[in-house]
Amino acid sequence: MTGTWQLVRLALRRDRWLLPLWVVGLALFVIGIGSSFKSLYADQASLESFAASMSNPSLSAFYGPIFAVNLGGITAWRSSLVLIISALAVGLTVIRHTRAEEEQGRRELLGSTVVGRQAGLTAATAIALGASTVLGALVALGLTAMGFGAAGSLALGLEYAVAGWLFTAVAAVAAQLTQSARAARWITILVLGVSFLLRVVGDAGGDQNSPLSWISPIGLLQRLRPYGDERWWVLPIVVALAVAIAAAAYALSARRDLDAGIIATRPGPARAGRGLRSPLGLAWRLQCGNVLGWSVGFIVLGLVLGGAADSAQSAVEENAQLADALRRIGGDLTISDLFIGALFAIMGIIAAAQGVQLVLRARAEESAGRAEPVLAAAVGRNRWLGGHTLMAYAGPLVSMVAAGLFTGLAYGAATGDVGGQVPRILGAALVQIPASWFTVSIAVALVGLLPRLSGLAWGFVVAFLLLGQLGAVLQLSQWALDVSPFTHLPKLPGGDVTVTPLVWLLALAVALTAAGMAGFRRRDVG
Amino acid sequence: MENVISSSGLVKTFGQTRALDGLDLQVRRGEVHGFLGPNGSGKSTTIRVILGLLKADEGEVTLFGGDPWRDAVTLHKRLAYVPGDVTLWPNLTGGEVIDLLNRLRGDVDPKRRDELVQRFELDPRKKGRTYSKGNRQKVALIAALASDAELLVLDEPTSGLDPLMESVFQACIVEERAAGRTVLLSSHILAEAEALCDRVSIIRAGRTVETGTLSELRHLTRTAIHAELAGSPDGLSSLRGVHDFVAEGDRVRFQVDTAELDDALRKLSAIGVRGLTSQPPTLEELFLRHYQGEGGDNR
Repeated sequence: MTGTWQLVRLALRRDRWLLPLWVVGLALFVIGIGSSFKSLYADQASLESFAASMSNPSLSAFYGPIFAVNLGGITAWRSSLVLIISALAVGLTVIRHTRAEEEQGRRELLGSTVVGRQAGLTAATAIALGASTVLGALVALGLTAMGFGAAGSLALGLEYAVAGWLFTAVAAVAAQLTQSARAARWITILVLGVSFLLRVVGDAGGDQNSPLSWISPIGLLQRLRPYGDERWWVLPIVVALAVAIAAAAYALSARRDLDAGIIATRPGPARAGRGLRSPLGLAWRLQCGNVLGWSVGFIVLGLVLGGAADSAQSAVEENAQLADALRRIGGDLTISDLFIGALFAIMGIIAAAQGVQLVLRARAEESAGRAEPVLAAAVGRNRWLGGHTLMAYAGPLVSMVAAGLFTGLAYGAATGDVGGQVPRILGAALVQIPASWFTVSIAVALVGLLPRLSGLAWGFVVAFLLLGQLGAVLQLSQWALDVSPFTHLPKLPGGDVTVTPLVWLLALAVALTAAGMAGFRRRDVG
Repeated sequence: MENVISSSGLVKTFGQTRALDGLDLQVRRGEVHGFLGPNGSGKSTTIRVILGLLKADEGEVTLFGGDPWRDAVTLHKRLAYVPGDVTLWPNLTGGEVIDLLNRLRGDVDPKRRDELVQRFELDPRKKGRTYSKGNRQKVALIAALASDAELLVLDEPTSGLDPLMESVFQACIVEERAAGRTVLLSSHILAEAEALCDRVSIIRAGRTVETGTLSELRHLTRTAIHAELAGSPDGLSSLRGVHDFVAEGDRVRFQVDTAELDDALRKLSAIGVRGLTSQPPTLEELFLRHYQGEGGDNR
């Protein structure tokens, strides 16, 4: 453990912007939701009617059940995705400071100095634990200061903190398993995704005590029930689980060599296959795992939520008062159309994030010096960046087609109208594409024109996500909402199709891509 | 003779740093040209400008008579490049990288490729992330040598290779020269340049300080002489081109400019020689003289 403190300081220095950004950002997200609910729902009656309108199986599937009908309760419910996002951020932080360091060979350099064998793992774990604890503390203090119940706020803060601790441990194990940081990240995301989906399926039935939700760590933590007769005993269970997993990480780390993974790397082909003969072939080879992985995720999400949409519909139809409330919000749209529309709005942004990730891979290739040998062969700048850009446009398209098809199939099967629903729902998924592509084209323009700032593309993704998810809750003005391309999309399924915004977004995407390509032709490589 | 690479007055700045400061480099067809300089003197930057990956701020550069920035793709068909710091795709095998790079350039000769894989003792089935530095270097070298490119641009190609592989590499370069290929070989290892190069250019702080054939440059160096004389060494120390003269009894040691070596030997044999050792001049010495600031009496 010698040297841990130095490594902690090194990691904090490297993450001095990133870490505070997401910790404070997520805390403000929760506090912002709390304060906006506080101004919107002044009395218990309005809270009751809000909770009633939101207590349908499809929204329960997405956010979990509402456990307490009070300001704290609905705030905790509405910000339940923070659990997922903070767990993901914590996991990526751990891998960034363990396996990624090792893969880059920096761990070797540090390991030769007076640094203990487990110091790297300990430092990364310490930072991740610290960050999740700070997030929990900020949420608890912020909500208490706004007059929400102190016990409930503490419970919600602990819920976030403990979720972070658990996924710190999960990522610490993942970092021991594989030689590549990329694979370790995917393992962490997979565990998180399965844990989320178990809860989604469990809660979609409308039963607050579905066994599936109880065995999901995410579902279990939400059953702490902040602000509503807290079940404190949930916390020691999850903490014990985290400690056990962390102990496994230490045991694995003590047993393995530097740079080695528990899962060994197999030898590959001695010759390149037919496909590997062009920059596009190379981009496909590097990115096909990403595209396939994401589409599997979208298929699973589509199947689960497409099935949930119909049970939502029938639950609402049994409740005349609720149906009436929803008609006031959504106009003529049915509850299932509203639900699927809201789902695709989020999936569209996730697909945009996927595309941005694919574009930034080009920049990562360049910074790592792997663009140079390709460009020194008979490959023009356009062909090289074009290969990566094409993948970045294809990825979100494949994902949204998968999402549309499988949501449509599941929903069609549930309503007994596969032939009618599949094209309708697929159309609703495809309408997201122009906005996703526009976001991707911003990343292409940044890579071509301002390569050093290409990471800013993530800022746009986060801004569009927040505007879409929080804009209405925070009652932002229309011009602020209009900043996001996703605001301009027609409300499908069910709404009217307006082609003009789609054409505009596509035209802007083409222009930004062309600008990025032109910029890349004119600038130095490296 | 025709120049394959011709550049003059290249200037390239990165922010405050002036990486190239009026650099000249001429590489003739069919020669192995050594491009020498210490770390950070601008070798890799020059090569990137020649490849059209960087755009020079000032100066002119032609590659096969064309403009490498404008006509990169057509010109690159005729050359193969080994970067100074070889990074491979972590999830591609060495064999895949070799094939990919050659296909991007033109066609692959599988027989030649396999022969080189054997000569360099590379396991082409391993993934990029598992190769050591020397093995990554071999992957890039095999890819370049297996091509039929007219020009090989090699940026410190032997860094990380063990002595055995270094001699395989040297044998390959000798064959390439015999086959009529042109080689630009950047290095800071002088023994390598002496063994392989027809002509060398020495750069310092982004500027060419010497250029010429090895024998022309040797001319600028000094030979170290140790002699045991039959008579007294009168007059030796005052000869033109003799430096650091030390006499101990009948033994003398001194250095002599290679240009004046003949005169010094004539004088020695006039005095009478019982024993003589001479150390041939090395580039090392010339190099050190150029890089140890303005120390020593430069001619």
